[in-house]
Parts: sequence; C-alpha cells; structure tokens
Amino acid sequence: MNGKPRAERGELAVVLAGEAGQGVQAVESLLSEAFRQEGYYVFSGQEFMSRIRGGSNSSLLRVSGRPVRAWSDRTDICVAFDEKAVRHLAKRLQPETYVLGDGVPVGEGWRSIDIPLRKLAKDAGESLFVNTISAGILWGILSGRRETIAGVIRRFFSGKKPQVVDSNLAAAEIGMKLGQELKRSGQVSLELPPLGDRRGRLSINGTEAVSLGAIAGGCNFVSAYPMSPSTGVLVFLAKHGRDFGIIVEQAEDEISAANMVLGAWYAGARGMTTTSGGGFDLMTEAVSLSGMTETPMVVHLAQRPGPATGLPTRTEQGDLNLALYGGHGEFPRVLLAPGNLEQAYALAREAFHLADAFQVPVILLTDQYLMDSRYDVDDLPLPAAPAEAAIVQTGPEYGRYAITESGVSPRGIPGWGEGLVGVDSDEHDESGHITEDLDLRVRMVDKRLRKLSLVAEKALSAEWIGPEEAPNVVVCWGTALEIAREAVAGLGRRDLAVLHFRQVFPLPEEMRRRLEQADCRILLEGNATGQFGELLRQCWGIDWQHRILKYNGLMFSIEEVRAGLRKILPGEEVE
Amino acid sequence: MSGNPFDLDGQDIAWCPGCGNFAILRAVKDALADLDLLPREVVLVSGIGQAAKLPHYLAANFFNGLHGRALPVATAIKSVNPSLTVIAESGDGDMYGEGGNHFIHAIRRNPNITNIIHDNMVYGLTKGQASPTSRRGFQTPVQVHGVASDPINPLTLALSLNASFVARAFAGDIPGTTAIIKKAILHRGYALVDIFQPCVTFNRVNTFAWFKEKTYYLEDAHDVSDRAMAFQRAAESDRLPLGIFFAEEGRPTFAESAGVFGEDAVPLFRRLVDSERLGALIETYRGKPLEDQKGS
Ligand SMILES: Cc1ncc(C[n+]2csc(CCOP(=O)(O)OP(=O)(O)O)c2C)c(N)n1
Repeated sequence: MNGKPRAERGELAVVLAGEAGQGVQAVESLLSEAFRQEGYYVFSGQEFMSRIRGGSNSSLLRVSGRPVRAWSDRTDICVAFDEKAVRHLAKRLQPETYVLGDGVPVGEGWRSIDIPLRKLAKDAGESLFVNTISAGILWGILSGRRETIAGVIRRFFSGKKPQVVDSNLAAAEIGMKLGQELKRSGQVSLELPPLGDRRGRLSINGTEAVSLGAIAGGCNFVSAYPMSPSTGVLVFLAKHGRDFGIIVEQAEDEISAANMVLGAWYAGARGMTTTSGGGFDLMTEAVSLSGMTETPMVVHLAQRPGPATGLPTRTEQGDLNLALYGGHGEFPRVLLAPGNLEQAYALAREAFHLADAFQVPVILLTDQYLMDSRYDVDDLPLPAAPAEAAIVQTGPEYGRYAITESGVSPRGIPGWGEGLVGVDSDEHDESGHITEDLDLRVRMVDKRLRKLSLVAEKALSAEWIGPEEAPNVVVCWGTALEIAREAVAGLGRRDLAVLHFRQVFPLPEEMRRRLEQADCRILLEGNATGQFGELLRQCWGIDWQHRILKYNGLMFSIEEVRAGLRKILPGEEVE
Repeated sequence: MSGNPFDLDGQDIAWCPGCGNFAILRAVKDALADLDLLPREVVLVSGIGQAAKLPHYLAANFFNGLHGRALPVATAIKSVNPSLTVIAESGDGDMYGEGGNHFIHAIRRNPNITNIIHDNMVYGLTKGQASPTSRRGFQTPVQVHGVASDPINPLTLALSLNASFVARAFAGDIPGTTAIIKKAILHRGYALVDIFQPCVTFNRVNTFAWFKEKTYYLEDAHDVSDRAMAFQRAAESDRLPLGIFFAEEGRPTFAESAGVFGEDAVPLFRRLVDSERLGALIETYRGKPLEDQKGS
C-alpha cells in the first residue's frame, strides 16, 4: 500500500535523527532551504523529547513538486546520527528505506549503509561537522547542484567568522563526494522528484503563523509564562514587540498572565496570552472573569498530551474539553481550531476581532504538531484595514453593562470620555456595581448568554472536502485537516468526504444536515476519548459508526489514517 | 468635606459600623481630591474581600476582579495607558496570601501604581480566619489552637525586594493616612501603603486601642533614602512605626521599560497596527533567492 515507486509518488521523504543537541534541526534547515531554492515544496515536521541533550529526536522533510502539508510515515532515506535513533524510528522505516550512519544496525526492515560520520567529522576538524557532512551526503546522492548547497551554507553561517563558513563548505564538499560515490556505485539509488512551481511562496511554521496573525489582529499586549509548545509565540512577539509597539511581559505565573491580559483589554489594549494545558488550568478563573466582566480576552492554547505534565514536547488534541468547560459559571466563549497554517494566521487575527466584538474569551486551540510544522503557503493576506477596537467614548451617564437586545453593551474604557467605567467580578448592575438584586441577576445572566446565540450565528463555517453526496464522511477538527485531506484524496473514493471544523464552539449550524444525512460517520481525533465527537453528540445528537483515535503523543500520519479508513471501508477504490 | 468629586451617594455599604475601612475610604477620597485629580482619570483595581469593595463606594473607574489578582490587572492597565492614576487596593489576605506571588513580582517590575493594603490581620469577608499578617497565637474558628506560623512583615518583605516606596499608615489617623497616600500617588513607581485597620467584628485582639497604643510616627529626621535604616525601622516589633520608611525616585517604571512609549506617549487604544511593517515582516518568509546574497 505504501509501495508505490517514488517517481510516481512525486516526492521524496527524508528523515534526520539523532540526540538532542547533535544538530538534527541544523541539517533540516540547511536541506529545506536548499530544496526550496531549487523550487520544491517542503513540509518539515519534528518530534522530539523533553530534554536538552541525549535521547532521540527526528525531523521529517517531505520534498515534492506539489504542495505537501501533512505528516507521513514514509521514509525514503534516513540519516541516523547514532545507533539508537534507528531503533527509535523503526516503525517509520520501510524495507526500501535507506538508513545511513555510524554503525547502523542491519535489519530486515530497512537497507543499512554504514558511514563513519563521526570519523569523517573529526577528520574534517570538529565533531559538529557531522551536520554539514550529512547535508552534503544527501545532496550528493540526489545530484543536487553545488552552488545551491554552498549558497545555503554561506547564508546559514553568515553571521560567523569566515573560517567557520569555509570549514563548513569543506565539510559539505566531503559529504557531497561521498554521496555522489554512493550513487555512482549503485549503493543508493534515489532521484529528486520532478520540479514544481514553489518559487515565490512563503515558508512558515505554526508558531509564526499564529504570531503574525495576532499582530494582524492588532495585538499590542502579550503576557505569558513559558510552557511548551506555546512558548514560541511569546518568543516571536518578544523579538518583534518593539517594532510593532507590543508590550511583552513574562509573567510570574499563568494566573498573572491571564489577569494582565484582562487589565490590558479593560484599558483599551488588545491582549493575548499563550500557554498549554497546565497553564490554561491556572488561567481558568481569569477566563471566568472575562465571561463575567465581559472583558475581551484571547488565549492561545497549544495542546500537548496530559494529564499533568504528560509528554511536554509532544502533541495531542486532548484539551478541547478543558477549553470548553474551563472556568466556573455559565458564560459564552468561542473556540477556534485552525486546520492549517493559513487558518492559524487568519484565526489568530479573527480571535481578536471576535473577542472585541462580543466581549468574550476566545480560545485558539493549536498543538505541538502545528507549532512545529513548516510548509509553503501562497500568502498571508493583510487585513483590508487595520483592526480598530470596538470601543466607545463614554458620556457622563455611562454604565458599562447597559442591558441591550443583543446582549453586547457598548464598551467604554477608562479615561476616554466623560463617563466612569466600572467592571466587577461580582454580579453587578448596569453601572458595574456589586448587587444582590436577584431579579437583576437573572437579567444579567440572560444578557450575557444572549451573546452566545449572536456568536453562534456568526460561527465560522466547517469545510466539506470531497463529493457533496458522499455517504461516508471523516469528521475532524483543528490540526488534523491536512492529514485527513491528503489521506482521503489518496484513496480516490467517490463515496468518501472529509468534514473539518475550524470553529469548534459554538458550532456552525449549516453543516449539520449533511452530517446527519451521511450513512457512515467516522470520527478522527488526536485523543483517547473522542471529545469533539462527544460534543457533536451532545449538541446535534450525532452518533458515530467508527472512531479513529490516536494518543501516543504523535500526530496521525497520512498512512495511518488511510489504513484506518481501508479497514472501515473495504472494497474497491473508485477511480 | 462636601464637594469632594470622589464622593458617591446611594451605595449600600457592606462594612460593619465602626470598621476601619470607612476611614481608609475617606483618606483615599481626600488624597485624590487634594491632588486635583478627576474621577475619570483614576482607576481603582481590587480583588475580593471586604476591603476590596472600596471601589464601589467612591466615584472613579474601577476593576473589581478576582481574589488576589489586583496587581497584575493594575500593572497592565497602567502600562497600556500611563496617563491614568492607578491604585491597587485590597485586604491583607488578598494581597499577601492569595496574591502573594503577584505582590513579590509586582514590586520587581516597579509599575507606577499605588498599592494600598487594608491590614486588619484577619480574613473579614469569610468570617474570621487567620491572615498572613495574623500574629502567632491568634485564635480563630480554624486556627483553634492559635496561629502557628510567623506573620509576614510586608514592609521588610517589600524592602528586601527593593520596592521604590514603602509606607505604613493607621486608619485611626485620617489626615496622617491621607498625607501618606498622597505621597504614594505622587511617587513615580511602585508604592506600598500598608494600612493598619481595626476589624471590629473578627479581630478582638488587634483593636483600635491596640493599634493606637502600639503605633507611633517615624520622626521627621528619618532619612527615607536610607534603605538599611528603613529595614531596621520596619523590623521593629515592640512598637510599630508609621510613615514613609523608604522612597527612591528615578527608577525606570514598568511602562518605561516596556519600550513602547519613548517619544510616543499615545495610549495603546489610540494606536493601529502598522500594516506596512507587518507586510514587510511577512515578506521575509518568502525566502530570498541566493543570488541576492552575493556581495552582501
Ligand atoms: C479564589 C478564591 N478563594 C477564596 C475566596 C474567598 N474569599 C473571599 S475574601 C477572602 C479573604 C478576605 O480577607 P482579606 O483579603 O484580608 O480582606 P477583608 O475581608 O479582611 O477585608 C477569601 C478567602 C475567593 N473569593 N476566591
């Protein structure tokens, strides 16, 4: 099933594996850039351990003339920096996979090619050269152009001393010679796939997409406490903060971070915090405060497997219920879950708009898989007009919680206008003052909850991918989108479609009928209990004929999803 | 004192008759009015507790948030709109207990805010449990055999964190308290004002008479720039000094360090994202052809 010849698949899958600190990511960067320079689309993804040194980490590069944007278990060639990397990767190696490296164990499941990487690096002058040598070997095997890899190396080491550049160029040369030799002797036979038209596209990862989207949404205040896999967004915004007038603060804890964000919005800024499940746990009281005070709030929640510390550097779609139910009391909220990098950018931006327009907490659910996946996108469109805050200049009689038909009260901010702006975490009257008038309490609850129907009306549509009348449908949310899309497309069946939700709460109603009418509904989720499936059951009464769930800390691969679907839908694949 | 613009009528005040909070409310309003501030320029941020209800009883902007969380909110408000006068105010349980971590870190950031703590050495709203400033041996329905931990000394704690303004007042002296609050508001940077406040219902030990007898004002000659001396005086335990222990101007505030104001004092709500710049940043991800590198 995976055995299609490479040329036919039109792509090449390279895996780099080694200990933390050995420079797997450096090789990944060098090669990705070299492939992109040649005009290829590149998907790169990472799985790594929660440690600074040792262990086994790996990077995947899918190189193709066509857009590639999903995780795959296919490996054409793997460079292993140490022996245990091979054991670590065993499940992702196929009989036709070439595995190159120092003392690669000879196994049934792959073709091992022993290369004394460490010795070569020492001979070249330094053990660190393992990286550039490896990049050179792969480039040589593929008969890549010397100018390209040399140019990429020059740029990569551009800040360094000239000797560093020169010795790395020399190391790459050693690697290339070796690679060319492996190819000439027939030990390795691999070709670059047919060229595509990648040129001119953006190459970004999830961290960058969310961060850029936040800036586009007018974010000008960030407070967060570091926690994988969400920290990259904090780092990105810190790096560019001054250029964009963003106040960036590393808070003492997530409680402080979330409360600062509320203070910032109250005073007219557009604040965000970024965290993972454990941090979100600590923020839940502030999320509830956002609900009660109707102070907008944006939380980026990058999921990793729990409970508790779980698998800190890995991925899961396990915190939907946390985001949905975290925070006491009853109040509206919005949950967005981007399926790809374009959506990560667009929804991060949209999160600010929705929070502002409806004065509710908006939670953007991503995960480690998305944060660390990099691929090519056509464009990240700039907003037609810069985001403008939905605030009013107050008059002398202003009351923050005027009861309105829509439930949304005009939001004033302190110091702008004649009025006073009072907000309260206690139940309050229209001017924000504490009250125990129980009839008023009911009116205030109703007012706040009216916003939920408003948000629901504006819910972002779900996407139906495939034949309109397909009786079988794979239902997924968030970052499973591109994997499901590619897996299902590869099956080529006219009786199968994908339904993807980028807003998971409140649900967009318009796909409900189609989903109800499907004969066979297959739930695809990166968690153990099918949380989104349960939500659809609860909200729409949807029942599931099949569920494909994964929760070992890694994202689904295209091949896994395909295999799962083949089991569920036997019979001929329709052309 | 009729004609104080911060007076607010018609509020159903939830404090017990004779509570020290009334005096603190008076002092806060007097201080704000004496400084010629307008209600619309002032934000009171509080947590939860009897003390934390104060913002409901005067005319100003307010953010009455969560128990213990006033300082992060106040820090953020001041940083996004430095033209506002921001006071974070709550009880000792709220600021030193539930919010203890924020207390420590707010001091380190030195936001230009005033932090007022109604220190009654007990939890009022929840009916009389020990607070972080309750004295050893203080008996409550929970600390049945008396408090077994040492109390926090908020002044020495703040001084050890290099707070830029540290003061203590006693609600029994409204003019004295008003004067200290005024100085705290005028101070550029974080200003701590711990105010002894008798709780007439739940603290029968640290009463008005007890505070009256125990406290005295630092002498005029006390040098507020001498941190070591401030520490020594703040550590006194036999009798408890009142006044400004330490004050140092000129340190960068949180908003100044945030680096977004500089020349441009426009508050954040009046700013729009620089789309051109964003477009340029996005373009950097398009990847330059290698040729461009030549010669650079
Ligand atoms: C998260 C949370 N925990 C506990 C409480 C209950 N609570 C409200 S006020 C308070 C302590 C009040 O003491 P203090 O802060 O000293 O203020 P006082 O009432 O004495 O003025 C407590 C424990 C709460 N509101 N929120």
